[in-house]
Amino acid sequence: MIEKILIINICKEKLHYCEFVKPVEDIVVSLKLKYFTKHYKELNKKDLEESDKIIICGTSLKDNEFLENINKFKWLMNFKKPVIGICGGMEIIGAVFGGKLKKKTEESKGFLKKKTEIGFYKEAFKKKFLGFKEGEVYHLHNYYVEFDKRFEILSSNKVVQAVKHKKKEIYGLLFHPEVRNKEIIKNFVRNIY
Amino acid sequence: MKLGVLFSGGKDSTFACYLAKKQGYEISCLISIFSENKESWMFHTPSIEQVKKQAEVMNIPLIIVETKGEKEKELLDLEKGIKKAIENYKIEGVVTGAVESVYQSSRIQNICNKLDIECFNPLWLKVQEELLKDIIKNKFEVIITGVFAFPFGKEWLGRKIDKNFIKDIKKLYDKYSISISGEGGETESFVVNCTLFKRKLRIINYKDFGSGNSWRRELIVG
Repeated sequence: MIEKILIINICKEKLHYCEFVKPVEDIVVSLKLKYFTKHYKELNKKDLEESDKIIICGTSLKDNEFLENINKFKWLMNFKKPVIGICGGMEIIGAVFGGKLKKKTEESKGFLKKKTEIGFYKEAFKKKFLGFKEGEVYHLHNYYVEFDKRFEILSSNKVVQAVKHKKKEIYGLLFHPEVRNKEIIKNFVRNIY
Repeated sequence: MKLGVLFSGGKDSTFACYLAKKQGYEISCLISIFSENKESWMFHTPSIEQVKKQAEVMNIPLIIVETKGEKEKELLDLEKGIKKAIENYKIEGVVTGAVESVYQSSRIQNICNKLDIECFNPLWLKVQEELLKDIIKNKFEVIITGVFAFPFGKEWLGRKIDKNFIKDIKKLYDKYSISISGEGGETESFVVNCTLFKRKLRIINYKDFGSGNSWRRELIVG
């Protein structure tokens, strides 16, 4: 049977679909794989049953509406199939599994200032993660998650960039692999862990 | 939601504006940067003054910001323009035509984040050939106003973006890796007509400048 991938849109604004969901769809299309896209508010039991793998996409810096609706993602707790969360999608995984949402701060003139990470940053992982070990990654986030012991932390920075659930096929990435490092998404959908 | 479009008059920013409007957003103003630096990494330059005519036929107010175009300082000028749009037109977000340039988009994201407004990049990472096809399909009439890479020549100026153009530029992509949609600044364009315009703009006059593989066309439209 051909696998079917469910792509979840978490954007509040309709126009953000083009920026955060469509590029992920394009990667799946480039591999000639089947997919269907749903907004998290319209997700039903049948969608979850019909999908073989799930990608939860990110959204814009200012859009945090999904964090007020974490109960809509409670299904993740008992979901048995592979899931990857990108940026906001990773924050959702963290929130569902009891992680703490944090905002990066840095000291400036004696005060703690909130710091948003935007643009290319160098990243090196402790070991290979979906084929990625080190390189330049694209950041676009205000928050990050402090995960609990159920998750293995792959990155070495304080701001956790990549995690995997120790017992489940649940992955989280804070940076945007659809912008740079598309191979990570390709490896996830093609089962190259 | 009221939005301001970072507008250069080229195909990408105009098409981004079209997509935002099609999705039901209110386009409250256009913001254009006139850069004295013709080599700006940040802003489009050929025929930039003609955005006044485009704004007129779109019936959308235009904010013009002039900049010397010095790297990074030009960002303060862009921020000034966006601030003015927030004050005068109460915009809650900006729309850009960024496709692949992280250099441009991350700088704009930073400004929006600082000013606490939304940032929309509806063409972000769009497959380049698909982008040109969408522009043609949606009845955009676009001409080339600048070429800045080997093996382009003056003969490309004024070419219409149509099926033949896609065919020819794909050949250059295969041979020289020239960006199909001109994302790296290899080509610049000007929209003479689209469904956002009340009427088609007429080219009254033009003058070409350049040499070798680097040419730009300054249009006068009316």
